[in-house]
Amino acid sequence: MGGAVPGQVHVGLQGVSKRYGGVHAVRDVSLEIVRGTVHALVGENGAGKSTISKMIAGVTAPSSGTLTVAGSEVEFASPRQALASGIAMIDQELAMVPGRSVIDNVFLGVESARGGVLRTREQRARFDELIQRTGFDLDGDAQVRTLRVAAQQQVEILRAIAREAEFLIMDEPTAPLTQVESDQLYEIIAALRDGGTTILYISHFLDEVLQISDTVTVMRDGQHVSTTAAADETEASLVRGMLGRALELNFPEPQRCAPDAVPILEVSGLCAAGRVADVTFDLRPGEIVGMAGLIGSGRTEVLRAICGADPRDEGEVRFAGKPVSWRSPRAAIADGLVLLPESRKEDGLVMMRSIAENAVMAQLDRVSRFGIVRPDRQRAEVTRLMEDLDVRASSQDAPVSSLSGGNQQKVLFAKCLMGEPKVLLIDEPTRGVDVGAKRAIYELIVGLAAKGMAIVVVSSELEEVLGLAHRVLVMRRGRMVAELDASEADEETVLAHAFGTAVAA
Amino acid sequence: MTAHPVSPTTDPPTPARPSARGLRMSTLRDYGIVVFFLALFVGLSLGTDTFLTSSNLKNVVDGAVAMGLLACAGTLVIIAGGFDLSAGAIFAVSAIIGVEVSNSVSPVAGIAVGILVGCVLGLINGLLCTVGRINHFVGTLGTSIAYGGMATAISGSGLLLIEDPSFANVANTQVLGFNLSTWILVAVALFCAFLLNRTTFGRHTFGTGGNLVAARLSGVPVNRTLIATYVLSGGVAATAGLIVAARSLSVSATTGANIVFDALAAILIGGNSVLGGEGAIWRTIIGVFILALISNGFNLLGVDPLYQQIVNGTIILVAVGADAWVRRTHT
Repeated sequence: MGGAVPGQVHVGLQGVSKRYGGVHAVRDVSLEIVRGTVHALVGENGAGKSTISKMIAGVTAPSSGTLTVAGSEVEFASPRQALASGIAMIDQELAMVPGRSVIDNVFLGVESARGGVLRTREQRARFDELIQRTGFDLDGDAQVRTLRVAAQQQVEILRAIAREAEFLIMDEPTAPLTQVESDQLYEIIAALRDGGTTILYISHFLDEVLQISDTVTVMRDGQHVSTTAAADETEASLVRGMLGRALELNFPEPQRCAPDAVPILEVSGLCAAGRVADVTFDLRPGEIVGMAGLIGSGRTEVLRAICGADPRDEGEVRFAGKPVSWRSPRAAIADGLVLLPESRKEDGLVMMRSIAENAVMAQLDRVSRFGIVRPDRQRAEVTRLMEDLDVRASSQDAPVSSLSGGNQQKVLFAKCLMGEPKVLLIDEPTRGVDVGAKRAIYELIVGLAAKGMAIVVVSSELEEVLGLAHRVLVMRRGRMVAELDASEADEETVLAHAFGTAVAA
Repeated sequence: MTAHPVSPTTDPPTPARPSARGLRMSTLRDYGIVVFFLALFVGLSLGTDTFLTSSNLKNVVDGAVAMGLLACAGTLVIIAGGFDLSAGAIFAVSAIIGVEVSNSVSPVAGIAVGILVGCVLGLINGLLCTVGRINHFVGTLGTSIAYGGMATAISGSGLLLIEDPSFANVANTQVLGFNLSTWILVAVALFCAFLLNRTTFGRHTFGTGGNLVAARLSGVPVNRTLIATYVLSGGVAATAGLIVAARSLSVSATTGANIVFDALAAILIGGNSVLGGEGAIWRTIIGVFILALISNGFNLLGVDPLYQQIVNGTIILVAVGADAWVRRTHT
């Protein structure tokens, strides 16, 4: 696709929106990405960055609005079509065939072949040419799974170039890299840009964004906030753009909790290799502790390591004063600690089974005798919980998949609460839940704490964490970097800790 | 990400009602095989004058016992998310060991040991596929070959005769006009149904097969549950093998060579999901008797039994395909 002039708009969005059900992931965004530049996209979790990149890459289609490439309107039904327009995405989860060689992966789908038969010499020549062009140090015959992540990324980049991609999308590429490898990547990106490639760069690391990009777009809540030259922005101004005004979400009044009560849960030096390092905190009855941090900062992993869903390598967990070593969630549940998992569809509910079956699953002993389920007891317990939590359904025997997101989440809560646990670890209490159900869930959480339950809430929605918690723990890169009391926790402070930028005075 | 008022969600605040089309489809899926079974039954009754006689019907049931036993226990394994390809091999090797013990000690001891062997072989399956992290299909494929080898080694690849004729009582004792073996099938089927529908173990089974991760996080002992289904499958396969041995007072390593595939076919034809998490014993029983009726029909109508396999295979494809298709349109 020759004849492209740097300085022209390469990819443009006009009035683009994306809805998933009733929720807007992206709302009315208009954006221009200029050819031959590094254009960064920043924003909090859920701001819509990944959705925008997926639409450009052809992974999903906009619900409304138009997408243009080199001035002409396009509609991509698949990534393949986007590729035909010269757009390639380098995924966070590198999508390669681990058992095959570098060359095979680079040319997967665009092999040198005649009549279906591979022409390996020609392919190798193409490979050598690519290596020369980019200066990568890659052995064409090495098996991809033996390579370090940084090298695998290079393979992905080569793959994009082999497909003659002129527009590269990189989503959090430096998250798994060391500083040295990141610096190498910055050089590669600069070289690609100088060679005329356009790069859309999504990252949480504001310092690197300012270092390597020409233009920065800030998004918030699915909307476009600003697009400015990187030279005109600072980390602080970016964070301000991402936050916007504090929004009024009514949270129920959190009850006071006795500060000198004996902790029910004590975690010290918790380590899980590669995911979490040296996490220490206490939890008292009646307390709600929020855990904030960016995606990948280790919050879910901390919860899973505590309750026995994942093994923990080091550190101690004490429950009601006694050290425990729960090897499975079953053991934790028996003692009185339950995890409400992040994805109800994947980890929380058996979608094809009924509401009643899901609700009693963690406490079958309560509704059975000698291993035989008593249908009357089950019905009574489930009815009670459904009333308490206001689950709207045609009957307890309806499959959980027939419920709305908010009601499904309530069934998940019902399951976790049936055994009246002393500690409840909640991972994303209101994901995929509409506003009305959200409020109900907040009231539920506050009510539980008022009755003495100790609760940890992990959430990517900052207002949620701030609105509910007595104390906020902030995680970054697997470590706990701050413990803030409700009075000192505000959005800017928490985000500053989460991003690792200096707190604005 | 914040609480700005969102336009009404597509999920209604009242419980979502399955679409009318979805309802028709699921009823079809649920009861289509019952209709098919009844059609077969009626067709054969009208098409031949020997079908609807008590001696023929008893024959049909007798012939279905071994396959029916494997299918019932195999249903639990499949619902739990497993897959027992080795049931046929366990069938053979347990019967052989049982017969050897019967010959050297007594029939009662032989039967007890045979069933025990089946349970132990099932336990090995279960351990390999849970703790051993081997894929269920691959694991039981491997053990089916290993156990089959054991059967050949112990029996010397010949026919083993049962010396004590009272062994045959296991199968042939008449109770209320039916063979004891028939009643054993009834008892096992009822027991499996009871386990599935009325016990916590049954709930664990559905949970483990329906969503392994969610079940584990809910405190379901998923490994124990899977292993238990394999042990049951092994014990019941052994029982089936002993019954078949009792009938002819002999056993060889090739007994039951294809029986596991017939059993799996029955499970799937009945409408159980091969992916697990859903299913019922009554479905399996209908599947068993559909296969039995087809076989009986071929005999009575004098059709070449070679074609029977083509028919059976086609029915499986239709049954499983229809199930997959209905799921697709449903979601």
